[in-house]
Amino acid sequence: MLDQTTTPVLSVKNLKIQATSYPPGEKPKDITIVEDVSFTVQRGKVLGLIGESGAGKSTIGLTSMAFGRGGVRITGGEILVNGRDILKDSQSQLRSLRGQDVTYVSQSAAASFNPSKRLMDQVIEATLRHGILSKNEAKTRAIELFRKLGLPSPETIGDRYPHQVSGGQLQRVMTAMALCPKPSLVVFDEPTTALDVTTQIDVLKAIKEAIRETGVAALYITHDLAVVAQVSDDIMVLRHGKMVEYGATSQIITAPAQAYTQDLVNIRSELHSEKQENGTPILKIENVTARYKSVPINVLKDISVTLEAGHTLAVVGESGSGKSTLARAITGLLPPIAGQISFNDQPLPPAMQDRSKDELRDLQMIFQMADVAMNPRQTVGQIIGRPLTFYFGLRGSARKARIRELLDQIEMGRGFEDRYPAELSGGQKQRVCIARALAAKPKLIICDEVTSALDPLVADGILRLLLDLQAQENVAYLFITHDLATVRAIADKIAVMHKGKIVRYGPKSQVLTPPFDDYTDLLLSSVPEMRLGWLEEVIANAKMQAAGN
Amino acid sequence: MTRPSFATLVGMIITSLFILAAIFANVLAPYGLAEIVGDAWEPSSSEFLLGTDSIGRDLLSRMIYGGRTTILVAAAATAVSFLTGSILGFTAAVVGGWFDQILSRFVDLVMSIPPLILALVILSVMPTTIVVLIVVMGLLDSTRVFRLSRAVAVDITVMDYVEAARLRGEGTVWIVFREILPNALSLLIAELGLRFIFAVLFISTLSFLGLGVQPPAADWGGIVKENKDGLVYGISAALMPTIAIAVLAISVNLVADWALNRTSSLKGGRGA
Repeated sequence: MLDQTTTPVLSVKNLKIQATSYPPGEKPKDITIVEDVSFTVQRGKVLGLIGESGAGKSTIGLTSMAFGRGGVRITGGEILVNGRDILKDSQSQLRSLRGQDVTYVSQSAAASFNPSKRLMDQVIEATLRHGILSKNEAKTRAIELFRKLGLPSPETIGDRYPHQVSGGQLQRVMTAMALCPKPSLVVFDEPTTALDVTTQIDVLKAIKEAIRETGVAALYITHDLAVVAQVSDDIMVLRHGKMVEYGATSQIITAPAQAYTQDLVNIRSELHSEKQENGTPILKIENVTARYKSVPINVLKDISVTLEAGHTLAVVGESGSGKSTLARAITGLLPPIAGQISFNDQPLPPAMQDRSKDELRDLQMIFQMADVAMNPRQTVGQIIGRPLTFYFGLRGSARKARIRELLDQIEMGRGFEDRYPAELSGGQKQRVCIARALAAKPKLIICDEVTSALDPLVADGILRLLLDLQAQENVAYLFITHDLATVRAIADKIAVMHKGKIVRYGPKSQVLTPPFDDYTDLLLSSVPEMRLGWLEEVIANAKMQAAGN
Repeated sequence: MTRPSFATLVGMIITSLFILAAIFANVLAPYGLAEIVGDAWEPSSSEFLLGTDSIGRDLLSRMIYGGRTTILVAAAATAVSFLTGSILGFTAAVVGGWFDQILSRFVDLVMSIPPLILALVILSVMPTTIVVLIVVMGLLDSTRVFRLSRAVAVDITVMDYVEAARLRGEGTVWIVFREILPNALSLLIAELGLRFIFAVLFISTLSFLGLGVQPPAADWGGIVKENKDGLVYGISAALMPTIAIAVLAISVNLVADWALNRTSSLKGGRGA
């Protein structure tokens, strides 16, 4: 028997992962997804795997269970779990490894639970299946884990169905599920990415404490360096399936050696300083109240904000705060039931159908998900060209020349006109959407979470582009986001929304300076900061406040 | 572009043979349509390749002329059903509201009655000309196309790119033909192959029941009807049209599959 104290829980050496790609019209060929990756995780330690999408982090995470998603093969290296090479395991050995020695927490808990079974049955399922505990023992352990993870009414929450708890709670239940069979390793695959900042912090806190108390080893996969800095002991930075940098968390955060890591650490530092008010409001929203047809609840309550020409107003809030509804009210997709929206000192007809072509042209929108915001059957040229023809009647070579000009403005080269959206990367897609909005020569662009679906460095590029374009075209932005780091980077004015109301509103410097109202304080203190010990501080503060009350 | 597969090629060749035979029926058929050339139910010989029918007409000639009628009626009815069904279905999805409600409930009503019974009732009071047949069959079939197109279009209208088009101020026509149609096309084409074959079966059934194509003109259903009594004596004349229908069904759908693959690529038909 190997000595459990010195054998790492997980040891990966020279891992190589390949998949087969099927390029049209050619013979299938093998492509390498991950190459030459080695790391070890000791008992009670957390290794953070960080990188942009496509970096291979989830693929590496799953290999710790000797599992490859559809068509992915582990073709080289060795993976030792508690000193045993699991690549040489038989199927039945693997079955006992998965869900017993190694467990997995996935990104979307909502999509991972069986909606027709109670939470408790699902949490203890693997534990019972592997015969680790009896049913009663497993239930007791689950309740104990629920309590550790800070879930409300731990004794009874297991009797609920997945749709009866919130997203953040579900993510914690899933963590309980992973910890229940007393595994030696838990793989967390972006467990907080889909959550609001204020919820994320609860989950992070719970995960961190649970790891500390159970002494389990963990792989923590995320694209957010600030998050991983809070929970992990070591960090490995990955890019294109290769290791960029691997070291202790303190070293990676404070003294990154590689240029790519330095970029990640310095992301979204302030790009833009606040502009002075110039007294020419372009958009004036006065006492707007709005609701959806079949629901007798006002989603927007008495909203009043002003945005000046060439400025950026950031609307911040959690999901469900009504910020996207505000965008729908401004665009006329959801006419408000009370209040007035003025554009350029002229009252704007509430419903989109009643607006003139020029009013429509002046107000453009960029959507969160660039891939569904473009017709997949139209080429980039057609997508950008349509507003040119529709609003300005441009045709033929004039249209072509203007498309080229716009492609230059969004820093995409020639040769993109004939490409289809499916042939573009995420960042390129969003750039094309920006070009489509710009093509209309608008005075105001509503940006609805335009960077939320993008990798940090790509999002950074998009924000820089938007700022450059604002300087060139003097266009105003209404920037809807849940990400305060983005707000800091680009806003002139900020409106904080909570439950359909504006709770704080003013110039950026003022909104982000204390004294804060309770909600803004919570929101600001929940944004992970890129430094060590931030989470501990927040937890300590929360405990102090609780004790004070 | 990828080369069509072997199955596609087979489908294309057989389908085009059917179409050529339909177009050049006058040239290809050895005898006239209603010309009595021999005894009843003569076996196949060098003179009459498929033998003769119940009253001594050349079966091959009747099959060729019958194919022309059947394919023409079925194709025209399918065209009618797809034009009305898809345009109305897309418009119902885009416009919504009472327009959608009225159309959808009316379609539900029509679909709740078996199409064959409805067709028999309508055709027994209407003059049985080819045009009436085509229109009745096309409109009855269009309810199914309406349901499909509306369902597909409802999914597409909630996409952000359709919202973007609305915000731009585009009209219903642009949204239906430029935003929705291209994205629904592959499904419609898959349906087209099937619906065409159903139309072939439908016209054959009607003719078999005596309400379709009227004698002496021939269609495949009518030929089955005229020769069905021969089956008792072991004469296979009635089976010829059914074989033709089966071969046509398979070959048309092989071509439809290929068209489906070509149009479902999101890279403009460039990739697989």
